[in-house]
Amino acid sequence: MAHAHAHTVKRYRGLMDWLTTVDHKKIGILYLIAGGLFFLIGGLEAILIRIQLWKPLNDFVSADTYNELLTMHGTTMIFLAAMPMLFALMNAVIPLQIGARDVAFPFLNSLGFWTFFFGGVLLNVSWFTGGAPDAGWTSYVPLASPAFSDDYGVDYYVIGLQIAGIGTLIGGINFLVTIINMRAPGMTFMRMPMFTWAIFVTSALILFAFPALTVGLVALMFDRLFEANFFNVANGGNTVLWEHIFWIFGHPEVYILILPAFGVISEVVSTFSRKRLFGYSSMVFATVLIGFLGFMVWAHHMFTTGLGPVANALFSIATMLIAVPTGIKIFNWLFTMWGGSIKFTSANLFAVGFVPTFVMGGVTGVMLAAAPADFQYHDSYFVVAHFHYVIVGGLILGIFAGLHYWWPKMFGKMLNEGLGKLTFWTFYIGFHMTFFIQHFLGLMGMPRRIYTYLDGLGFNGMNLISTIGSLLMGLGTIFFIINIIVTAISGKKASNDPWEDGRTLEWTIPSPAPEYNFKQTPLVRGYDAYWKEKMDGNKEMMPAEPLGPIHMPSPSILPLFMSIGLFIAGFGFMYHNYAIGGAGLAITFLCMLIRSLKDDHGFHIEPEELEDKGVRA
Amino acid sequence: MMNRWNVGKRLLPLFAGMMLLLSACGRADLSALNPQGPVAEEQFGLMKLAISIMLIVVVVVFAISLYVIVRFRRRPGDNKIPVQVEGNHKLEIIWTVIPLILLVILAVPTVNSVFGLSKDYSKDKDAIKVEVTSHQFWWEFYYPEYDIRTAQELVIPTGKKIAITTKSGDVKHAIWIPSLAGKIDTNTGTADANGTANTNKMYFEATKAGVYLGKCAELCGTSHALMDFKVKAVDEASFENWKAAIKAPVALPSDPAIKDALVNNCLSCHAIGEQGGLSFPNLTDIGSRMTVGGILINTDDAKYKNEGTTVENLKKWIKNPEAVKPGALMPGFENELSEQEIDGIAQYLAGLKIDYEK
Amino acid sequence: MSAHTHADGQLPHEPEKATLEGRNKVLGFWLFLGGETVLFGTLFSAFLALRDQVGEGNPTANELFSLSTVAIATFILLTSSLTSVFAIQAMHAGKKSAMLWWLAITVIFGLGFLGLEIYEFYEYVHEGHGFTTSAFSSSFYTLVGFHGGHVAFGVLWISILIGQVLKKGLNVVTAPKIYVAGMYWHFIDVVWVFIFTVVYLMGKVG
Repeated sequence: MAHAHAHTVKRYRGLMDWLTTVDHKKIGILYLIAGGLFFLIGGLEAILIRIQLWKPLNDFVSADTYNELLTMHGTTMIFLAAMPMLFALMNAVIPLQIGARDVAFPFLNSLGFWTFFFGGVLLNVSWFTGGAPDAGWTSYVPLASPAFSDDYGVDYYVIGLQIAGIGTLIGGINFLVTIINMRAPGMTFMRMPMFTWAIFVTSALILFAFPALTVGLVALMFDRLFEANFFNVANGGNTVLWEHIFWIFGHPEVYILILPAFGVISEVVSTFSRKRLFGYSSMVFATVLIGFLGFMVWAHHMFTTGLGPVANALFSIATMLIAVPTGIKIFNWLFTMWGGSIKFTSANLFAVGFVPTFVMGGVTGVMLAAAPADFQYHDSYFVVAHFHYVIVGGLILGIFAGLHYWWPKMFGKMLNEGLGKLTFWTFYIGFHMTFFIQHFLGLMGMPRRIYTYLDGLGFNGMNLISTIGSLLMGLGTIFFIINIIVTAISGKKASNDPWEDGRTLEWTIPSPAPEYNFKQTPLVRGYDAYWKEKMDGNKEMMPAEPLGPIHMPSPSILPLFMSIGLFIAGFGFMYHNYAIGGAGLAITFLCMLIRSLKDDHGFHIEPEELEDKGVRA
Repeated sequence: MMNRWNVGKRLLPLFAGMMLLLSACGRADLSALNPQGPVAEEQFGLMKLAISIMLIVVVVVFAISLYVIVRFRRRPGDNKIPVQVEGNHKLEIIWTVIPLILLVILAVPTVNSVFGLSKDYSKDKDAIKVEVTSHQFWWEFYYPEYDIRTAQELVIPTGKKIAITTKSGDVKHAIWIPSLAGKIDTNTGTADANGTANTNKMYFEATKAGVYLGKCAELCGTSHALMDFKVKAVDEASFENWKAAIKAPVALPSDPAIKDALVNNCLSCHAIGEQGGLSFPNLTDIGSRMTVGGILINTDDAKYKNEGTTVENLKKWIKNPEAVKPGALMPGFENELSEQEIDGIAQYLAGLKIDYEK
Repeated sequence: MSAHTHADGQLPHEPEKATLEGRNKVLGFWLFLGGETVLFGTLFSAFLALRDQVGEGNPTANELFSLSTVAIATFILLTSSLTSVFAIQAMHAGKKSAMLWWLAITVIFGLGFLGLEIYEFYEYVHEGHGFTTSAFSSSFYTLVGFHGGHVAFGVLWISILIGQVLKKGLNVVTAPKIYVAGMYWHFIDVVWVFIFTVVYLMGKVG
């Protein structure tokens, strides 16, 4: 360190800095790297799946390997790729958008990342220890029960997700408290940027949905490891119970994924149209309503389970209702652009491309809501097409938009626009090629999750097109990686407000943000706080406090060790080695104890240091 | 600008064209878009309604998107600040209410259908009752009224309601005959006092005689993809013949060596006529089935690698079922039985034909 | 903000909310308890779905449960909730030693409850109601055991906090910890009330 500090906190550099960081911006980058890595793994699995299906009776992979691939593709993409990349954006942006110096619980933030990471690693270790989970990302029992899945695959699923789930839950609570307690003066709830609102509702969904998954996984784990009978029919267990528990978590999970994308699109479209978000209050209302309804519709995943006509009718109607707030959002975006001055940066291409794509996923969602018709769609490629339209066409396009948009704020350099546009077009065309055709495959009788299909059924051509499309999507992803490398080497340095049309607080501070974010907490005077100041002719935000020392939390290695403890414990219990299992848990609890006993006084950055700290290490 | 009616008129042929396209989609024996019975037709009707409504939404959104993208793109050097519109109550009410109306239009027939299609025909005198039990990776059909048990092929009369009750012998599967009806899960559950725990009911009907392809639609393990079956709809007289023919006594092979091999190896699990075990596919009419194992298609004019004559297919299966259907429980007999025995058994099984179609 | 003007050694009226860290901790803990509610709610649902699946020849809930033991356990745990309230009151009044005493009593009650629960489980296993016996037994032990685990964690946690306060004193860093531990303790008492009703009373009646 160049400066001598009055405090005694040790500060690390290099690798140790990243392992011990509690800075939300660095944790955001960690989430992006780890989530991106899992995204590549999940994407590779998808491409292997598509290669297997490019022609009938192909034997590129075996049936068992295929089942592992489809299970790991779904599980990885949802829990280890999509959610972490959302957490990356949340961490990178939310505190900046609300004018906060940090998140509410920096230590827990780091713990959340490391538990997610080690949960994900544990899940993927299964590839090398005799078989990955193969009962689908839904792991329906009895297929996932010890009687029919007697290798360790599903154990990895149960324990890996359990550990990763802890991280997600912690993240949810952290962002709820951050948004409730740490907004800058003047930033009332109804002045919060739309992305912040989306994350607020998402975090609430995480808080109320993930514990249900925890219980489901515990029950399945007890069945598998300790011979419990939750789902063991022979001893009175009930297999439909798993479906209920899984989907009570699983459906809100879908909204946990898509609401942040809605938030990103709202920001990007508004910025690049140079226009205020149309119908802000109805957007907020719609977001909250979608979050609420998300808990009321889980059984539409179970129309064919045999819940009876009354349940099916009620869940049909409840599901259709979600179309209304979603429709409100779509039209609000369109009318944000209406009359605007739309600049097609690569970020905005993804955002504008998102709108019609997501509408297509949405309308097939309403079609699926009609239970009797769903008897035909259910578990066919129609459903595969639908949820990929929602998750890839919605969430992944949203993440791409968000990454291109906030990249300069996260890394201080502008992504290459040409490569960005190339990424967009290859990915976008590839996406529609892959999945549009799958609607028809499903309606023509192709069930999902099949490792092969017979010749002469009329599926060949469409599957080939789908496979070619998936390769294009892969190419798009490669272009993005090239863009990252090119940018890292020779990217243009970004100013505070690189898009020049920034509306929210994150664009008032340097890119990348200094570790304390705001030299002085800004005073917020309205919605689109920065835009308002710009329009009033001010270059900067008005400070809400005098310049003074800034308190920062100390870095800590404990979150990493706690997660490693859980990782070890997971293996111990899985292989019935209770000594190792206990030792792992002991590490975790010991770290908790240390954390509780050792007060974290943090350190202060003095005013005179602030000037020369514009750029983060 | 066109007025509203004109837009409607222009869209009509689009819809008609789309419906034509949809109905032409896929094989008549496999496609949900090509329904061959009243249940699938009702479901297809609901689909068409939903697709039409959704097409309106998609067209409107696409049109606005395109207009906005073209009309409001930023020209180089354009530095004007657009009017910062907060919202528009009238518009916002419109795009809340119109979707609601569209949903009601869809919801009413949906609810109607939900209750209509859940009608229980299992006590109906005129309906044919079938108990469907799913196994890894084959289907068992039991007709309680006639005490007939078959596998892989469900023979039904045309024009009659087929009331099925489904359950599973192992993991969860789902029975799906796209051109006749949507699917229903086969749940795992121990029978309660009424023998009905966790069973599901569904009905369907085939209008025309013919063969319809059935599939498993719930991931059920290794060979989920290969868990195909056939529904064979025949006229009522043929069905009556079938009922009698399938119960006629069956002679075992005349060659004692083949007979021994068959009884000792096959019949410990499978049943032929009155003899053999019940827990695996019944072979009584295997010679007249269209497939071996659901996926090896019996034909004298083989085009694909899963096709062959009945004898070829049987031999292929008996030698190594794992190669045909990974994860199947039947062991391979390539090394257990001699080539002559396998050939003899295959010839015998291929000859187990029942003749019932007029 | 008169809280900050207090002289050293004198705490503000609500020390747990005197700092932003404290307020974050209290709010975060409320939210955490919201998640815990879903967790126990799901466990209750699973139990309710499976509680009739006793299996042939195994003891039913009615045969198994002895309400007197459970009633004593309930009494102990509810009393401990009261003593934890006294502890927080003492904290608000700035009476450190009274607070510590009340916390210690709470811990002792918690241990008493755990002892009774272990005794109870021991008895059940002897009567043929093991963890793997039936769906009823698995869901029973999971639900009640999860609660018991929470009590055990709470006992450990409060004990550690007592040690911390002894060492560091009562201040704006330790106060929020005591406060959220109190919240936690109330929460597991409330859960127990539901367990007593849904598992034991309904098991006796149903």
